[in-house]
Amino acid sequence: MTKQIAIDARNVGKIYGVGVHAVTALGDVSIAIEQGEFFTLLGPSGCGKTTLLRCIAGFETPTSGSIHLSGRDITYTPPNERPVNTVFQSYALFPHLSVADNIGFGLKMQGKPAKEVKAAVERVLALVKLEDFAKRLPQQLSGGQQQRVALARALAPQPEVLLLDEPLSALDLKLRKEMQSELKRLQTETGITFIFVTHDQEEALTMSDRIAVMSAGELLQVGTPHDIYDRPVNRFVADFIGETNFVEGTVEGSAVRIGTGDLLDVTLDGHSGGVTLAVRPEQVSLRADGSGIAAQIVAATYLGTDTHYTLELGDKSLLVARIQSNSAGGMRVGDAVGLHIDAGAVQVLSA
Amino acid sequence: MSGRSKGLNGWLLSSPALILLLLAASGPLLIVAVYSVLEKGDYSGVRWILSGDGWFNVLFQRDIFDQTVSLADANLSIFWRSVKLSIATTLITFAFGLPTAWFIATRPPKSRALWLFLITIPFWTNLLIRTFAIMEVIRNQGILNTFLTWTGLISEPIQILYTDTAVLIGMVYVYLPLMVLPLYAAIDRFDFRLIEAGYDLYASRWQVLRGVILPIIRPGIVAGSILVFIPSLGAYVTPRVLGGGKNMMIGNFIELQFGQGQNWPLGAALSTVLLLVVLISLVVYTRVTSKDDPRG
Ligand SMILES: Nc1ncnc2c1ncn2[C@@H]1O[C@H](COP(=O)(O)OP(=O)(O)OP(=O)(O)O)[C@@H](O)[C@H]1O
Ligand SMILES: [Mg+2]
Repeated sequence: MTKQIAIDARNVGKIYGVGVHAVTALGDVSIAIEQGEFFTLLGPSGCGKTTLLRCIAGFETPTSGSIHLSGRDITYTPPNERPVNTVFQSYALFPHLSVADNIGFGLKMQGKPAKEVKAAVERVLALVKLEDFAKRLPQQLSGGQQQRVALARALAPQPEVLLLDEPLSALDLKLRKEMQSELKRLQTETGITFIFVTHDQEEALTMSDRIAVMSAGELLQVGTPHDIYDRPVNRFVADFIGETNFVEGTVEGSAVRIGTGDLLDVTLDGHSGGVTLAVRPEQVSLRADGSGIAAQIVAATYLGTDTHYTLELGDKSLLVARIQSNSAGGMRVGDAVGLHIDAGAVQVLSA
Repeated sequence: MSGRSKGLNGWLLSSPALILLLLAASGPLLIVAVYSVLEKGDYSGVRWILSGDGWFNVLFQRDIFDQTVSLADANLSIFWRSVKLSIATTLITFAFGLPTAWFIATRPPKSRALWLFLITIPFWTNLLIRTFAIMEVIRNQGILNTFLTWTGLISEPIQILYTDTAVLIGMVYVYLPLMVLPLYAAIDRFDFRLIEAGYDLYASRWQVLRGVILPIIRPGIVAGSILVFIPSLGAYVTPRVLGGGKNMMIGNFIELQFGQGQNWPLGAALSTVLLLVVLISLVVYTRVTSKDDPRG
């Protein structure tokens, strides 16, 4: 069974301003987001995540390309006529309306009868566990509660797509973790397509069905968290998602010779000539007996379960290894060790 | 012990202010209230004899020949004109003031100060002079009529001066800044992101204005309306200059009693009525406009 496409962006470009002041916020973005998907836009600050979201919400009109919702072209449809709701980063709750009236606002504007609005508000209040706060004003709530009201308000009209622009960035770590699972639960329970923006790669990896990594107004890679983490398409993605060591080398036959002169038997995927190997710290293991690539421990950072070792190789290049603390017994700064790279898991990138 | 002396100190410290307030604010009011229940003097002033004539004459008149009592139609029409013109002034200044204040509040911060400064420039000139300037614009041979005749839109000059319309134009001009400034202060605090939130939740432009913007800037609307309505109701110079002799408002009518009319008790009673009307409108207005406020 093929999945229905909820949002289909085709060659969307957005240029702010004109002439010398023109800023290209989106280059040429094409993306198909499936119905019921938890889809995350991930990328560094200024890469165009908010711009893409605002084009989908209808607050910005793309300079080129088109956007389709369930097959219907909505490129020029005003925001109040799109079955798409937004959870704003600033929450943007109406300060003059009670929690219940905030949540009922969308349905009321759609002209739903009062009874229906009331029932929907009660249902959504229960969904976000705010039944006891219905009569309060937004400013009488904590940050986390306001966040939930913003979420409830956007969910109440049962939109086809929910847009969330860094909704958790204002919360402290503990609340953030709580809301992450809360969001995931709400998405599963409602079956609504979520498009979620974050620049926190860990958040993206744990919550998403699929992730789109963006940089400078372009999509670099779209895929499941596993795809993105294990098979980054280029150095930028590998660097942005998780920690990565980059090791330069040249292809020799079916292996890659690195700077130290050692040969690594990696999966080449048709690469040749100069390549870069993306080696995750957890793909490196250390042997006290010195077998493998010769290295010296130059720094160690204890992180609880794991310890990060910075190693200097024969060609003076540095490499970070993440070793489980309890299996690292006795290795100290200054020790000479042998280094092994799990070559099968290493990703080869064009240099 | 210390609490008591602290309370005493507080009273002592604030006594100059209290005495001043008592003398400057309550004193004249008291005199006016007392005069309203005294008998009218022969030429002016009052005779110290209790009398209800001042209050009686606010609404009624007694025929000098057969002593029959009837409603004082002239007075009633003056009251009605005052209330009508003041409400109209408030509504029109709001209609012009809201877009103006919105425009200023959405300028880049640097140019906002300049716009606000421009709004306050008319205050630099005396009210009388500004009113004569308006007169110059709207009189039959004035700028407006000359221009309209020149364009061929009208063949005869329109009689605006010495009508209620002239008074209204003058009051709108004079009191517009008093509406713009509090509205600006309220819009300046308004979070414009709420407009997007409104559109996002299926509200039309009109619904965003009614359901989001107006309720949130309500304190500014209330303040501006009060600041315009109260002085409009008691306006003196504008109706005097632009309304001519016949289109009187309460302010002119009161002045008449203390001047030519030489009926101080009636003037005092009218002043008290004006004060009461203002107080009652304030109470009713703030009640009505805060009706559906959840902050109650
Ligand atoms: N209204 C605007 N006028 C001009 N340039 C803009 C406007 N909005 C955004 N930009 C520019 O477009 C680019 C993309 O901005 P956008 O807000 O989409 O980034 P973002 O990925 O959401 O960043 P962040 O993570 O910091 O929120 C930036 O270079 C930004 O300066
Ligand atoms: Mg952003």
